Amino acid sequence: MSDPLMDVEGLEVEFRTEDGVVKAVHGLSYGLRKGEILAVLGESGSGKTVHARAILRILDSPPAFVTGGEVSLDGTELFPLDEDEMVDIRGARIAMLFQDPHTALDPVYTVGGQMIELLRLRQGLSKREAKAEAIDLLKRVGIPSAEERLKAYPHQLSGGIAQRVMVAMAVALDPDVLLADEPTSSLDVTVQAQVLELLKSLVADSEMSMVLITHNLAVAVAMADRIAVMYAGQLVEIGPAREVYAKPAHPYTAALLRSIPDINVREERLPAIKGAPPNLLHLPAGCPFNPRCEYATEICLREMPPLESVGDEHASACWHWEEVVR
Amino acid sequence: MTAGDVIIRVDDVVKHFPLRDKVFGSSGVIHAVDNVSIDLHEGEVLGVVGESGCGKSTLANLIMKLEEPTSGHIEYRGTDLATFSDEQLVTYRREVAMVFQDTFGSLDPRMTINDVLTEPFTVHRDVLDKDLWPDKVRALLKLVGLDPDHANRYPHQFSGGQRQRIGIARALALDPKVLICDEPVSALDVSVQAQIVNLLKDLHDEFGLSYIFVAHDLSVVRQLADRVAVMYLGQVMEIGDESDVLLHPSHPYTQALVSALPTADDQGNVTGERIILSGDLPSPANPPSGCRFRTRCWLAQQKCTDEEPALIERGTGRPTKCHFVTADGTLVPHMPVGV
Repeated sequence: MSDPLMDVEGLEVEFRTEDGVVKAVHGLSYGLRKGEILAVLGESGSGKTVHARAILRILDSPPAFVTGGEVSLDGTELFPLDEDEMVDIRGARIAMLFQDPHTALDPVYTVGGQMIELLRLRQGLSKREAKAEAIDLLKRVGIPSAEERLKAYPHQLSGGIAQRVMVAMAVALDPDVLLADEPTSSLDVTVQAQVLELLKSLVADSEMSMVLITHNLAVAVAMADRIAVMYAGQLVEIGPAREVYAKPAHPYTAALLRSIPDINVREERLPAIKGAPPNLLHLPAGCPFNPRCEYATEICLREMPPLESVGDEHASACWHWEEVVR
Repeated sequence: MTAGDVIIRVDDVVKHFPLRDKVFGSSGVIHAVDNVSIDLHEGEVLGVVGESGCGKSTLANLIMKLEEPTSGHIEYRGTDLATFSDEQLVTYRREVAMVFQDTFGSLDPRMTINDVLTEPFTVHRDVLDKDLWPDKVRALLKLVGLDPDHANRYPHQFSGGQRQRIGIARALALDPKVLICDEPVSALDVSVQAQIVNLLKDLHDEFGLSYIFVAHDLSVVRQLADRVAVMYLGQVMEIGDESDVLLHPSHPYTQALVSALPTADDQGNVTGERIILSGDLPSPANPPSGCRFRTRCWLAQQKCTDEEPALIERGTGRPTKCHFVTADGTLVPHMPVGV
C-alpha cells in the first residue's frame, strides 16, 4: 500500500451544547490515496459532514471544537498551521463541494464575478485571463453556452447547473483532494446521474482524490474505490467498495443494505432496522449500535469493539464480525 | 390490479399559477398541472412519481382541495369537489387525509402529541365523545408503533421517524378512506425509511385504505404501489401497473428515470445501462411545444416539436405519451446509447 496523500489520525470533534458535550466525531482514522475515491457513508448525526469541515478547519466554533487527532496532507500537519497558511490550503490543496449549490453561491454576484474573483485572487491572473479560464472551467464541467452563463446570477440557474458551477469552482485551483459533501442529494434523480458522472470523470482525468460524503449506499458503490461507514461519530467499517457492499462485516452496514428497497424486488415486508438513529447526547455504553443490533451480546453493552482487520484492506469494529460475514 | 370502484376521479384537470410582476406588469403562467386525468380505485395504492416541478405535489393539493383547478374536475365518489355543500366538504375532509413530507414543519412545536392527535376531534366535534379521546389517542399511538405513554411529549422529543409516525397517526384519527401521502419517507434517514414503508403497508392491508403515494424514489414506490403514474412538467407521461411501468418502462422519460438509479448486483458490480439525460428540466412557465420531454429526449425528431403525442394505449397495454412506443415495448427509431 502506497503512502496516503491525506492522513486522518484519531480525529476528535466535540460539540459543546447547552444540553451537554457531544462527541460528533470520535477516534476517526483513515488514509486517502492519490487518485482514489473514498466514500464516507453515514446517516444524519454520523459525523460525516463534521469530519470534513474539521479537516478544512471551517467548523462553527463554538459550539464545535477539534479536541484531538491530526490531519496531514503530503506529510504536512494541518492543525498546527496558522490561519494564513490554512487559507492557502483551502481550495488550492483541499477543496470542498457542498450539498446545496444555491446557498453556497453568493446570490448578489454573477457566476462570472465569483469565478473571476477566485482566479484573480488565488492564481494571480489578469481579468482577461481569468475570464478565459472561467469559460474553460465551465466548459470542462459540461455547461452549455459557458460565456453566457458567466453573466447569470445564481438564482437564474437550475440546481444541476448551479452544482456544476460549484464543481468548476472547486476544481479551479487544481486541488489534490476534493471533499464532496452530499453533492447530489439536493438534485433530481436524472440530474444526480449527470453530476455523479461528471465527478467520476474529473477524478479519472486528473490526479485528484475525492472523499465522497453520502448517505446513499448505491451511490457509494457506483462511485468509490473504498467505502468507510460511520455510525454515531465513529468509523465502524472500511474496505474496498465492492467487498463492503457484497460482504459487509459490520451489522449496521449489513442491515442498511438489506433495508434499502430494490426496484427489482417487491417485498412483502422490508427488512427494516429497528429503533432510531442514535441521539449523541444519550449514547449507550459500549458499541453505539447495540440497541439496534441483532447480534448484540453482553460484551457489546460494555465495551466498544476495536477496528479489526477482517480481510485484505477490510476492517470492521464489531465483536461479532465473524458471524456477520458468515 | 385492484378492481374496486373509482373513489377519486381526476378528470382533465389543469392548474395554472399566474406569474405577475407588479413593477413591470409582465405576466405569464406556471403550467403546474396540464390536462391530467387519473382514477384512484377503492383499496388501491396509486404511485405518482416525477422530479421537482413535475406537478405531483400540486396534484396532491388539488385533490386535498387546498387548491382549486383552473379547469377540469375532481370527483369524490361521483360528486364534483367544486359543487360540494359545506356538509359534504366536512365529510370529505374527514375521509381524505394527508401525510406530509416535512415532519418538523407539519407538527406544531408547542402542541403535545395528545394535542396534535385530538385536534381533529375539536374540528369534527360530532365524531367522538370527549370522554373517549384519551383511549383513542392511546390506540392511535399503538397503531403506528409508538409508546402510548408518550402522549404528553412534544414533537422535538421524537426522532424523525417517530415524528412521521405521529403525522400518520394524526391522518388516521378520523378513520379516513383515502390517504394522500406527499413524499412521506424522503426526509427520513435510510435506516428508518423501511419502517415507515412497512407501517404504510400494514395500515393499507388492515383498513383497506386507498393511497395516493407521491414520491420521487422509484424503489420505494415499487414496494407499495399497485399502479404508477409518471409525471413530467405537469403531464402524465405513462400510467399502468407498477411492475409494467417500473420494470418495463415504455416512455423514454420513465426509462431514463428508472436507469438513473445506480444499482449493483450481489457482488457489488454496478449493473444496468444508464441513460444519462442531457440538460435540465425546462421551466414550467415556458414548457416546450409538442412533447414536453423532447428537449431532453434522445429520440426526439421534428414530429415531437410539431405535434404533442396523446396519452393513449400504443400496444403495450397502458397509456403512454410518446410517438415512438411500439407494441413490443421497444422504442423506434433507436435505443439509447448506454453509458
